[in-house]
Amino acid sequence: MKALRNYLDKIKPAFEEGGKLAMFQSVFEGVETFLFVPNTTSKTGVHIHDSIDSKRTMTMVIIALVPALLFGMHNVGYQHYLAIGTDPGFLMTFIFGFLAVLPKLIVSYAVGLGIEFAVAQVKKEEIQEGFLVSGILIPMIIPVDTPLWMIAIATAFAVIFAKEVFGGTGYNVFNVALVTRAFLFFAYPAAMSGDQVWVRTSDTFGIGAGTVVDSFSGATPLGQISVAGKEMIGNFQTVDILQQPIGLWDMFIGLIPGSIGETSVLAILLGAAFLILTRVASWKIIVSVFVGGAAMTAIFNLIGTTVAMTVSLLEQLFLGGFAFGAVFMATDPVTGARTETGKYIYGLLIGALAIIIRVLNPGYPEGMMLAILLMNVFAPLIDYYVVESNINRRLKRAMK
Amino acid sequence: MGLLSNKNKEVLVGPLSINNPIVVQMLGICSALAVTSKLEPSVVMGISVIAVVAFANVIVSLIRNTIPNRIRIIVQLVVVAALVTIVSEVLRAFAYDVSKQLSVFIGLIITNCILMGRLEAFALGNGPWESFLDGIGNGVGYALILVIVGFCRELFGSGTLLGYQVIPDAVYEMGYVNNGLMILPPMALIIIAVVIWIHRSKNQELQEEN
Repeated sequence: MKALRNYLDKIKPAFEEGGKLAMFQSVFEGVETFLFVPNTTSKTGVHIHDSIDSKRTMTMVIIALVPALLFGMHNVGYQHYLAIGTDPGFLMTFIFGFLAVLPKLIVSYAVGLGIEFAVAQVKKEEIQEGFLVSGILIPMIIPVDTPLWMIAIATAFAVIFAKEVFGGTGYNVFNVALVTRAFLFFAYPAAMSGDQVWVRTSDTFGIGAGTVVDSFSGATPLGQISVAGKEMIGNFQTVDILQQPIGLWDMFIGLIPGSIGETSVLAILLGAAFLILTRVASWKIIVSVFVGGAAMTAIFNLIGTTVAMTVSLLEQLFLGGFAFGAVFMATDPVTGARTETGKYIYGLLIGALAIIIRVLNPGYPEGMMLAILLMNVFAPLIDYYVVESNINRRLKRAMK
Repeated sequence: MGLLSNKNKEVLVGPLSINNPIVVQMLGICSALAVTSKLEPSVVMGISVIAVVAFANVIVSLIRNTIPNRIRIIVQLVVVAALVTIVSEVLRAFAYDVSKQLSVFIGLIITNCILMGRLEAFALGNGPWESFLDGIGNGVGYALILVIVGFCRELFGSGTLLGYQVIPDAVYEMGYVNNGLMILPPMALIIIAVVIWIHRSKNQELQEEN
């Protein structure tokens, strides 16, 4: 550690104004503050010093994402070997998934950070750390077979048009990772939906070649629900990729087809517990998203005229990206509501909207992405009215 | 007063860039979003608007001293509507396919803000020749942006230009897929935004104080 510090101090002058590497100053500063807590302190006024800054906050979120990411890697391998009908053991399964997911992580970070570094250097600002979390979220919310060049284009689009034009980290209206997914979803629908993209049936870097077994069908449970006809009400059963019925427990553990990081509710809840314990994410948003989704599902269950309406409460909350969105997307402090009352309203509406989109629009089997993006727009409005009503209440009290 | 004095040149060339109706005055955005998913309708729409705005300017300028001020909007609308009907009929006669693609948007040239803007702001106060130049300038300025947007959207959205495939099959075989978002109107808005971005960064004097 000390040697690293000394080395950074030694090369620092070259990066300062007039030094020969001055064009990379923001990069140097970014790396330095990433490795060490900055020791510059404010000189005036009263301040409370806390070692948690936005870099540490982001690191906490990444730690919370690790269980879901590791499980996602394993699940990618698991689904693949299930589809080709062999079982190479736990280690090989994980290695297959790891190799399939790693290039996506690298592309998303390289493109996103590259743009952030370039923009910071052009605007002569410090590098903002906002992309640390987006970069890991992007590969987790897309299907395993999304081509790398699509991820690169979508990430570049999202970072430039959803973030940098609004002023960079902390000023974006929309969640950057979700804009990436929305771009992919509308620009390349064939690569983002349907039943061909969720399970990798080809080999990865030469590992895991094989022929797909006959009974294979790659539809996700939500995809099956959205295409099920009315005559199947009452005897509808979600199945895995080999047509075996899956129950609530499978959905909770998450060995089912879906986007890379979203399938395991268990792994996501581990992350959620960590985020709530470290107070990085607001439990109010997480809980109210689930409550909103549950309430909407209950209403649809009462109506019950299509298969999607009759899906039971826990299944709706466990399937698809609902849990992932609730824990890691809706709680984004930049794009979400900030007032305490506002968080409840924001969360409830996200949960309810996600289920409405899922159930009522057969074109979108999963509604979480659109629900969160829509509520991102309204978060400032919610905050505005919460603050206004607070002011009015206090005014009335003062007038008495 | 030559036919192309400096002032007239300014009237003609100004709207192409520094006073462009779309990227500077923000007029006519709706039709720019609606018709630009392919290059051909963009070109046809551009030419139609050039014709309508130029002749409407001339006609209104010729009768500007006889129009009673209170009913001038109605008179202008009648002139524009007559011209739009002519353009629409000509298109139906000679370019039926494109006119079907453009559907209502040719008729909706009547409501294009650029037209009323030019008639109100220029033709009512200037002679027919200046008004003609102003109409041509603004029409071309509008058509220019439409062609840029249509070019980008057709190239990346369909892989074709004017209906001919320009992205070779070999690229598709390598896994390239057309960008479906380009076909949708939101992307037209973003492309216009990018054009504005580039345009403002080249013309410092247009940048707003903030």
